[in-house]
Amino acid sequence: MTIKLVFLGRLEDLAGAGEMLLPLDEPQALPAILAGLPADLAAALQGPKVKLALNGALLPPGAEPVLADGDELAFLPPVSGG
Amino acid sequence: MPADVRLAEAPFVPDAEIGAFARAQPQAGGLVSFTGQVRVDGPAGAGDVEALELRHYPPLTLPGMRALADEALARWTLTGLLIVHRIGVMLPGDPIVLVCAAARHRREAFAAADFAMDHLKSESWFWKREKRGGLWRWVEPRAQDHADLSRWQNARA
Repeated sequence: MTIKLVFLGRLEDLAGAGEMLLPLDEPQALPAILAGLPADLAAALQGPKVKLALNGALLPPGAEPVLADGDELAFLPPVSGG
Repeated sequence: MPADVRLAEAPFVPDAEIGAFARAQPQAGGLVSFTGQVRVDGPAGAGDVEALELRHYPPLTLPGMRALADEALARWTLTGLLIVHRIGVMLPGDPIVLVCAAARHRREAFAAADFAMDHLKSESWFWKREKRGGLWRWVEPRAQDHADLSRWQNARA
């Protein structure tokens, strides 16, 4: 199974790409997924101002989703529009 | 009255949008528009801005803008509301955002346009970076933007 991580804003620069496809053997909770990423990226993704969206729906603060095949998890740092 | 809410991937002409919007609002007594554009000289003193890029996240950005428009329509009695926001790479002088609000009387139009802009700046799903001296740098939100947003939280309708 494969999941997709999406990095917005400055997180894209840290990750080196806007998206990352990760193969999983079985559904995994967020901490286990972050543990497999480079330490500086994992730390930035867990920043207090980074929000999460699972399959296009915003998650409440502190949520630790379990990701399964086909899931898309987006990491959303503070916005700056207009 | 549904709002007209759009993401623009290519340059748009605010004057043409405002004109078409005004012609469709014969029952309005007042129309307020705000245009945001790419500034030549930024505040950081690090030289002139060569380009600006707005990124978005499609599953959230346009739905969030529509929810914002619905909230404005619920708070004020408007005859029409238009929101156009650019994404992609822009050059100095290019329009970034246009908000038009029309109402029978001016106060509602002023307030709705002000409300929509404050929320587009700091609560909508956009990420901005600018190019200076050949280098791209992400723009962090300003404390003033959050202060502007907080004005509306003490005055929920």
